[in-house]
Amino acid sequence: MAQFEKANSLHEWLDQRLAIDTLERVLAKEYWIPKNINFLWAMGMVLAFTFGILLVSGIFLLMYYQPNVKLAFDSVNYTIMREVEFGWLWRHVHAVAASVVFLIIYIHMFTGIYYGSYKKGREMIWISGMLLFVTFSAEAFSGYMLPWGQMSYWAGMVITNLFSVGSLELNGLVEWIRGDYVPGQAFLDRFFMLHVLLLPLAILGLIGLHFGALRIPHVNNQDGEEIDFEAEAAKYKAGNKKEAKVIAFKPDFLSKDMFVLSVFLIFFFYLVFWHYSFAMDPINFDPADPMKTPPHIYPEWYFLWSYEILRPFPKDPGLVAFGIAQVIFFLIPFLDRSPNVAPASRRGKFNIWFWVMLVDVIVLTVMGKLPPEGIFSTIGLVATVVFFALWISLPFITKNEKAV
Amino acid sequence: MKELKILAVVVFFTLLTYWGVEPYAHSVMHKHVESKDFKYEDLKPLKKRGDAKRGAETFVNAGCTGCHGVQAANMPAPMDPISAAASFGVNPPDLSNAGALYDEKFLAALIKNPAHALKVEHKFTEGKQHPMPGFYGVGGDMEQEVADIVAYLKSISKNIEEITPKMAFEDACGRCHAVHYEKWTQIGEKPKFKHKKDELLFDAKVLDYQDYLTKYMGKLPPDLSMYIRSRGEHYISTFMEDPQALLPGTSMPRVGVNEEAAEKVIEYLQDSGDLKRDERDSVGVIVMFYLFVFAFLAYLWKQSIWKELH
Amino acid sequence: MAENSRRDFMGKVFGGWAALGGLGVLYAAKKTWDPLPSVKAAGFTTVDLSAAEPNVLNVEKWRGKPIFILKKTPDMEKSDRDVVVGKDRFLVAIGLCTHLGCIPAYRPDKKDFLCACHGGMFDTSGDNIKPPPPSPLVIPPFKVEGTKLVLGEEGPEYKKMKEAGLIA
Repeated sequence: MAQFEKANSLHEWLDQRLAIDTLERVLAKEYWIPKNINFLWAMGMVLAFTFGILLVSGIFLLMYYQPNVKLAFDSVNYTIMREVEFGWLWRHVHAVAASVVFLIIYIHMFTGIYYGSYKKGREMIWISGMLLFVTFSAEAFSGYMLPWGQMSYWAGMVITNLFSVGSLELNGLVEWIRGDYVPGQAFLDRFFMLHVLLLPLAILGLIGLHFGALRIPHVNNQDGEEIDFEAEAAKYKAGNKKEAKVIAFKPDFLSKDMFVLSVFLIFFFYLVFWHYSFAMDPINFDPADPMKTPPHIYPEWYFLWSYEILRPFPKDPGLVAFGIAQVIFFLIPFLDRSPNVAPASRRGKFNIWFWVMLVDVIVLTVMGKLPPEGIFSTIGLVATVVFFALWISLPFITKNEKAV
Repeated sequence: MKELKILAVVVFFTLLTYWGVEPYAHSVMHKHVESKDFKYEDLKPLKKRGDAKRGAETFVNAGCTGCHGVQAANMPAPMDPISAAASFGVNPPDLSNAGALYDEKFLAALIKNPAHALKVEHKFTEGKQHPMPGFYGVGGDMEQEVADIVAYLKSISKNIEEITPKMAFEDACGRCHAVHYEKWTQIGEKPKFKHKKDELLFDAKVLDYQDYLTKYMGKLPPDLSMYIRSRGEHYISTFMEDPQALLPGTSMPRVGVNEEAAEKVIEYLQDSGDLKRDERDSVGVIVMFYLFVFAFLAYLWKQSIWKELH
Repeated sequence: MAENSRRDFMGKVFGGWAALGGLGVLYAAKKTWDPLPSVKAAGFTTVDLSAAEPNVLNVEKWRGKPIFILKKTPDMEKSDRDVVVGKDRFLVAIGLCTHLGCIPAYRPDKKDFLCACHGGMFDTSGDNIKPPPPSPLVIPPFKVEGTKLVLGEEGPEYKKMKEAGLIA
């Protein structure tokens, strides 16, 4: 038993038992971040806050939602939207946040790619981040099932059909996933469980891993400079804040994060109140009808790029292409053969690679929404070929990259 | 400065993606039909000035009350809704407010040739007759008689300002479309029942009516509870005006409402599917004000800290 | 130092405004738990008393709870808690034991209510006659309309009982 003396304040009492002062030092006041960063570095905090918004709004929706195929649609569109005080607000917030979180994820991902923040000790940050992307995707998909509208039902039908794996015709597997021949009560209940319990737990665990993976390599900076954190921290603590290359998480990084967050929140809540159709597709305001597929069916915008990759090819090659596209981003730390940690603008051919990739996934996204006919199909096919060409070429263009 | 450039790049690519995925893609997927302001230009204007007193007589002599009730003139409907649907496919409307809700050209055209005015001639081919017979006059000048009937209908109806959105909807749409969020069935508002058996008997009557309606229309007209959000105001308005322009071959008749009646129908549908829209606007204003102050204070705090770091 | 106090001040102002936002969220959260309009609207039940038989307990449902309606026989004690309809006197009370909420059973032969959960007893006026129930059966808001009783509405008779402290 350790020796405990009488504490003189509540703070001291807690510190004796939980070491809150040490925690504050290690996690906030002396958690060193490079000073040479821009607002894109705040996207992590924006994501954490948005996830918090999703959790809180989800908790309130959960108080009234009914995961029953006969009741689900009306529990959302009648009870929550009309009867519950502020129910409409939780629903709008949840739907818009679920869509906007992917915008921030993509910005966060492409920031990492641009600045090379996935190599030289940061591979686990990248991999845990990609795992978060995959888990968020599953969370979004399972959540979309819940209102049991036309899009919910038919997206459920189509995505679970993917698991028949083309010519392998694994229909038994598809039925097992659904718990039925078609998406029905069993399907809705298990995706409800995934959405409300299992996947959020997985996300929380992965966030912990993601933060943990950051500690040893430290946060990157705009120039990819390798910083001697000990030395720079010493300068800061000695009072030489202007010349130190690092800042403390609290209050320095936090105050900038808060400002970036506040700008984000203005944008976010503007969408919540006045511009939300992109996140609440009108087709999902029709109750699910197993006897009628809507004339236009498409996934949410953040899945469109990989949905488009599925489309130009016949059944089996399409599934292979789609499968590769899901995992290829995981491999960037290993496909990028250059040791340079630097912004893409200083990496010659990689800079071209980056901007072509960005434009290409946007083209794939837009084509994924358009009907697969005529010029749209052709552009989609070209963009898909470019996508794979980019990944194949990455090792080659980075192998002999000039040292920065 | 550099950060503003980065922000501009991020905003540019975001807006580009948004444009492609939303406004552009939707314009490709859905044809946009312009509103014709409920002018009904394909219908001829009335040729004569109607006399309401004469019209009251003509109305009775023409046999309209054989199918139509007129509550405003103390003439009840000759049949209950289910028997009417069994005979005609759909319950003939009460005409008390027809004069206020529907365009007069439409009413005149409807009296003379229902299938034509309703734009459902494509459903009544090969000898099939519309359940409402056309009017061929009661012995005098047919055009005058039609004008008189229209004038009579206008004289007995409430003023358009007195007609609530609910009344407009029930009149123009309610005999085919249920709105269960407003407890509206095709045979009337569903009452509260103490005993389960009474409730089930009522539900069974609704189902009977819907069976007759489905046989007549080919498909059960959809429940409109959430249509304001699944189709939107513009689509519903232009659809009422001319269903064939948006869904060629549909069984839905042109409704014939005038512009004010159409607005009331839309308001009813908004109250059903988007009840909290006003609260959303007002809470939104408060939240945006809060957030602008929040951003301003965040900026001041950030600046006070980073002054020492740059 | 001046800078330190300025940034501390700004930090506190910002923090305070943020906390205000948090209070707003808590307000919305509290309102979200309020009973729904459809629940509150269902809060009125009309009961026809004309067919009631003496010493036969009628149980109606009001706001999800059982309501005891007992037409008193001439030999049953009169009480200021009685609901008087014409010449008849009724016990009208929420049929939940005031101890922990079980439904007491009426014993027509003994003319009392016995609660199976912990042995509490009430008489035909709803007064608690054997512990553990600490108080009489609660009288719900009611209004007499001819031979009908409207539960959920506060009629003049109910208001009088309320002022005399008799309703619970």
